[in-house]
Amino acid sequence: MSAADSPIAAGRGLCSCHVCQLVSRSTGTSRAQHCPRCGARLHLRRPGSVQRCWALVIASYILYVPANMLVMMETGSLINYRKDTIVSGVVHLWRTGSWMIAVIVFVASVAIPLLKLFSLTLLLISVQRKSTWHPQQRTRLFRLVEAVGRWSMLDIYVVTLLAALVQLGSLAIVKAGPAAIAFGAVVVLTMLATMEFDPRLIWDPLQKEEFHD
Amino acid sequence: MTDRTPQLIACHECDLLQRDIQLNPGCYASCRRCGAVLYRNATDSVDRTLAYTLAACMVFLGANLFPIFAIEVQGGRSAITLFGAVLSLWEQGMRSVSTLVLITAILIPALELASLTYLLLPLKLGKVPPRYPLFMRTLQCIEPWGMVEVLMLGVLVSLVKLTNNFRVIPGMALWSFAVLTLLLAAAATAFNARDVWAQLDGKRRDLESK
Repeated sequence: MSAADSPIAAGRGLCSCHVCQLVSRSTGTSRAQHCPRCGARLHLRRPGSVQRCWALVIASYILYVPANMLVMMETGSLINYRKDTIVSGVVHLWRTGSWMIAVIVFVASVAIPLLKLFSLTLLLISVQRKSTWHPQQRTRLFRLVEAVGRWSMLDIYVVTLLAALVQLGSLAIVKAGPAAIAFGAVVVLTMLATMEFDPRLIWDPLQKEEFHD
Repeated sequence: MTDRTPQLIACHECDLLQRDIQLNPGCYASCRRCGAVLYRNATDSVDRTLAYTLAACMVFLGANLFPIFAIEVQGGRSAITLFGAVLSLWEQGMRSVSTLVLITAILIPALELASLTYLLLPLKLGKVPPRYPLFMRTLQCIEPWGMVEVLMLGVLVSLVKLTNNFRVIPGMALWSFAVLTLLLAAAATAFNARDVWAQLDGKRRDLESK
């Protein structure tokens, strides 16, 4: 598709509101402009999208280390006592025959966070290099990251419920470990990073003009 | 749906300008370049969303007031509610995690339901709720942080983990959460922000011209 038959809003001096989708004319001045309908700040592109997204992704990578090295959950009863990290918890579930649960927890706590971090890194690098490589596939990847991101919270909820319930009895204890804090932070930071990323940047290199805001 | 003059729409994912066309009920328009869904014509959007929201409000109360499940320990029985779990985590010193759960599992869904009711109930009665742009913005902003469906899966995973060691008695809130998950998903599908904006703006213009 040539640039001629794919008009870009920003190329025509038009700006689409990120809240209510109303298309309004961009004045082009440096003064902050607000959407005439909903009052949200208007930007041709999310300001500082790439930098903020990088910052959040790098912070997530750093926190991902303690999230996996530290103890997520301590379980103890009269007969055995164990400290589990995320991965050893999954392995324990698999060994004790709860395959279904092991797979669910593996996908939510291991696969999805890694998928999110690697995908965002790939998207950020490709956008910074002004790549024109398969923009549709990259947009799809972004949509996938956006859709599955929330499911990583699963382990946090499981730990919360188990720790509260088993605390009440005296025979067994379940305690949330410090990894829960790091892991919760990873989930929140990667979700924020996904929100910061502006998918329109993937398509901009196809155009001749450059858009800043 | 009132007849609209064709207007421009810019794809939120690739910024392609396209003309807004009238859709048949139940259809959706997707961007011709990147394939993102631009807008939908959901059938009876306001009526259906309002119905699901009001039902969800009631179930939400049940989900938070009753225990999720109980276990039998040494002949005694201990039960927890969601808020009880949040409190217990707070007392164990995991304050950040406990706040995160409180926000994503209780506060955001509550705010979401309240905002939807605040916007749609007056609209249904032919009125325009004051400061509606603020509520529409709030709704759009908090949407990714409401995680009732993830919590539901979390409840099921904990249930299976517990049955290995304890006798577990499912509580009222367990069923409430299951129903709440379905109702929230139904409300999200039925809700059409574009349509609500158009209707609210139209109503306001009518009122102002009178």
